[in-house]
Amino acid sequence: MQYLGEHLLPGQIGQFFAVLSLVASIVATIAYFIANKKQLGPDRQNWIRIARGAFFLESVSVMGLFVVLYYIISNHLFEYKYAWQHSDRSLQIEYLLSCFWEGQEGSFMLWSFWHCVLGWILIWKSKQWEAGVMTVVSFAQFTIATMIIGIYFFGVKVGSSPFVLLRNEMEAPIFSMPDYLSKIKDGNGLNALLQNYWMVIHPPVLFLGFASTIVPFAYAMAGLYNKDHGWIKPALPWASFTGAILGTGIMMGAAWAYESLSFGGYWAWDPVENASLVPWLTLIAGLHTNLIYKSTGYSLRSTYFFYIITFILILYSTFLTRSGVLGDTSVHAFTDLGMNTQLLLFVLVFLFPAIGLFAARYKSIPAIVKEENTYSREFWMFIGALVFFLAGVVIIAKTSTPVFNKVFGTQIAPPEDPEFAHNQIQVWVAIVVGLLTAVTQYFKYKDTPKDQFGKKIWLPTLIAVAISLAISLFGGVRYDKQGPGFLFAIHLAIFAAVYAVVANASYVWLGLKGKVKAAGASVAHVGFGLVLVGILISSSKKTVLSWNTTGLAVFKKDKREDPAENITLFKGVETDMGKYMVTYQRDTLNPRDRKQYFEIDFKAKDSSESFKLYPDLIKNNQGEGFSANPDARHYWHKDIFVYISYLTRNEGTDTTTYRNRAVHKGDTVFYSNGMLVLNDVKVNPAEERGKKYSADENALFLDMTIYSKTGKQYKATPGLAIKGTQVRDLPDTVVAESMALRFNKVLDQEKGELEIGIKESSAITDLITLKVYKFPMINILWLGILVMVVGFVMSILQRVRKSVKAV
Amino acid sequence: MKKMHIVILVLIAISITVLISYTGDLTTYETVASAKKKEGKFVNLIAKLDKSQPMDYDPVKNPNYLSFTAIDTLGNAVKVVYHNTKPTDMEKSERLVLKGRMDGDHFECKDILMKCPSKYKDDMQAASKELEQASTTK
Repeated sequence: MQYLGEHLLPGQIGQFFAVLSLVASIVATIAYFIANKKQLGPDRQNWIRIARGAFFLESVSVMGLFVVLYYIISNHLFEYKYAWQHSDRSLQIEYLLSCFWEGQEGSFMLWSFWHCVLGWILIWKSKQWEAGVMTVVSFAQFTIATMIIGIYFFGVKVGSSPFVLLRNEMEAPIFSMPDYLSKIKDGNGLNALLQNYWMVIHPPVLFLGFASTIVPFAYAMAGLYNKDHGWIKPALPWASFTGAILGTGIMMGAAWAYESLSFGGYWAWDPVENASLVPWLTLIAGLHTNLIYKSTGYSLRSTYFFYIITFILILYSTFLTRSGVLGDTSVHAFTDLGMNTQLLLFVLVFLFPAIGLFAARYKSIPAIVKEENTYSREFWMFIGALVFFLAGVVIIAKTSTPVFNKVFGTQIAPPEDPEFAHNQIQVWVAIVVGLLTAVTQYFKYKDTPKDQFGKKIWLPTLIAVAISLAISLFGGVRYDKQGPGFLFAIHLAIFAAVYAVVANASYVWLGLKGKVKAAGASVAHVGFGLVLVGILISSSKKTVLSWNTTGLAVFKKDKREDPAENITLFKGVETDMGKYMVTYQRDTLNPRDRKQYFEIDFKAKDSSESFKLYPDLIKNNQGEGFSANPDARHYWHKDIFVYISYLTRNEGTDTTTYRNRAVHKGDTVFYSNGMLVLNDVKVNPAEERGKKYSADENALFLDMTIYSKTGKQYKATPGLAIKGTQVRDLPDTVVAESMALRFNKVLDQEKGELEIGIKESSAITDLITLKVYKFPMINILWLGILVMVVGFVMSILQRVRKSVKAV
Repeated sequence: MKKMHIVILVLIAISITVLISYTGDLTTYETVASAKKKEGKFVNLIAKLDKSQPMDYDPVKNPNYLSFTAIDTLGNAVKVVYHNTKPTDMEKSERLVLKGRMDGDHFECKDILMKCPSKYKDDMQAASKELEQASTTK
């Protein structure tokens, strides 16, 4: 059949590039591999020239893939499934790129793109290492290219192409019509959670981090293969680069979680988070053993091991997050594309050769037999690296329980409090690592004169003790939910973290005599210490402000949490929330980003401040649900963090009926949440004339007081206005109690018996429930990350400058 | 033996201890019947929402109280109480993982994990429906 209005050319071009990148990468791999075997000379140069050509073609194809897919998405060509599934017409320009990484195919392309960029830097800089290192990079490019090829080989589908047509992927009667495309008005749209500016920047940075772990790995593989351990120097700035980028990428994800996910924090030990954190830990371990080897000759084997395991863990995390195996345990893994076998092979095809080569060469890797001196820097650095690595092993083992279940058919579920299960262990890691970070720089490589060490370390120690004591005594860190043992560990960890900050900052003067250019490591360590301080204080002092103050004490308190953390706000009604009076003022729909913003007014009771916050809801692209985006008010020392946990709209369909009750003056009537008292009956009250009733009417008003269980009182005056035989109803509402009151009629005038109607309904007004947290000192965390990255950059520059000088 | 070897062994021993003690914290996935047998023990109950039974949630009275009936694949039902706001889209979920413990006549739930119909499948179904409609409206 001839279909109308389809644009098939872009898809064909895209598929061509996909195949070309596959072929070019395998050619580059082979050519580099052969070149690596050749001695230096014209023959090697020829092979390298071929390999570079192939890699150039490869890079062009990857760029081509990007351009084509962007063209398809931005032109809303919904005949392509990728565009239809991940985008729609109303999407803002800046989120068009986010559509790329909503799907697995696009994120693989991103990864591949970074490999190309890194590859060209390596070609430019790595000199005699080019052939060996680029063999590994090109091979990785080949494996990633298979992920997006989407072709059947011998009946087995390999990869998933982003250029497949909707009509080939789905069965629907519509596809029997030539003009089916004109019926498809819009795409499925981007997941609401991804419509956040962090989601534009976080994936590219994170994937650059992922991609760059291949460089130390490739150096290590080339070193093992060629039995040449000279790569250790050029790999060092690369490892720092990866540490900085991967760390930034992870923490941008944390910032995204903080700003757009409503789990109330920046870190939840979610498997997806863990899977990217663990390679960072092993990489940092490798970076430190790398430094040890460079300065002392120790720890070469462990450097190999850490760099290999880092890359393998990146692949493993790819498997975890993309295979759907995490299913029940993660909130934000990719959806399963049915490529599990291929993803597993992706891990194994690197794991087996790497481990095999490492085992085969293990004996030939030089190692020093003589024991490290306890008063040496390398001794403590190695322990720190080991602690980092083992902490990573523990985290990844815990994260892998779903894999364990799959393999052994068990039914193991996460613990009752999975976050605490991690925290109670990692707090000790923080203590040890914090202390090591503080003191290790004061040791010299090989040996340190004891008196010299003591002379320099006492001042920073004293300052750190003073500061952390001040925090412990006056900082109000009283996180006792998990018992005194954990609280003690937190205080200890605060000391260790403060110590790390102070000792490393002072080292710039005490150790380096103010030579700031050489202070990269110290600055990075100060940043790391600040990150620890920020994490410890903000999490242990995180407090809920939105305690439900209705006085309904039916909730069960629990060791872990008190769930009564949501407060109900009625539109326009000021509600008491601890230190603040809060009011849900109004809500508006922003047509541009299609978010509904709620204006929440905060007034401090001591009238020291008043501000407005705008948490929002965005409609999910599938179904009728909403995703809540938090809003936060930032102070230098804390954040007030707010999100909407529930929303009820008054849609005007009120089915509740009035309950009628006979009352006398002075009577008390109960309702579900308290009682009401009829104080008086007023005939033609002057204050209401002209407002509720006109001068030619006679009016009867009931003066009532409502006593809510919460202890609050409200006034209500329902009434009747009579003109001749016409009776007009003047009901009154008590919004906060969501109650409507009506004066029905006079039952018996002699006895003063009246009939009132009481209606309780949630449909009286719009209401939201709100969750409000206070995060103290969260800015220390963000500042720490910034400082750490600056430190990394400083040390990269320092290494590069040194190597330039050496040449 | 070198000092470093001792340190390494001690650290590995600690890690193994940590992991073994972690297995003590681990919980299990249960059905209604097996969860009832383990009253007071924290479990992950796999069930779905029984839509024939009323769901009690009134944020006006109490935003932190939700009660509903969950039914598992074997057809056993249990009343569930969740002291928190009602998760959006709960009615549409096809499977619920309820984390909590049995407490007398009801299941006291701490956390609800919703398994919505897999996005891929859901998209396809929604789309087919949409596309069917599109083909009938000429």
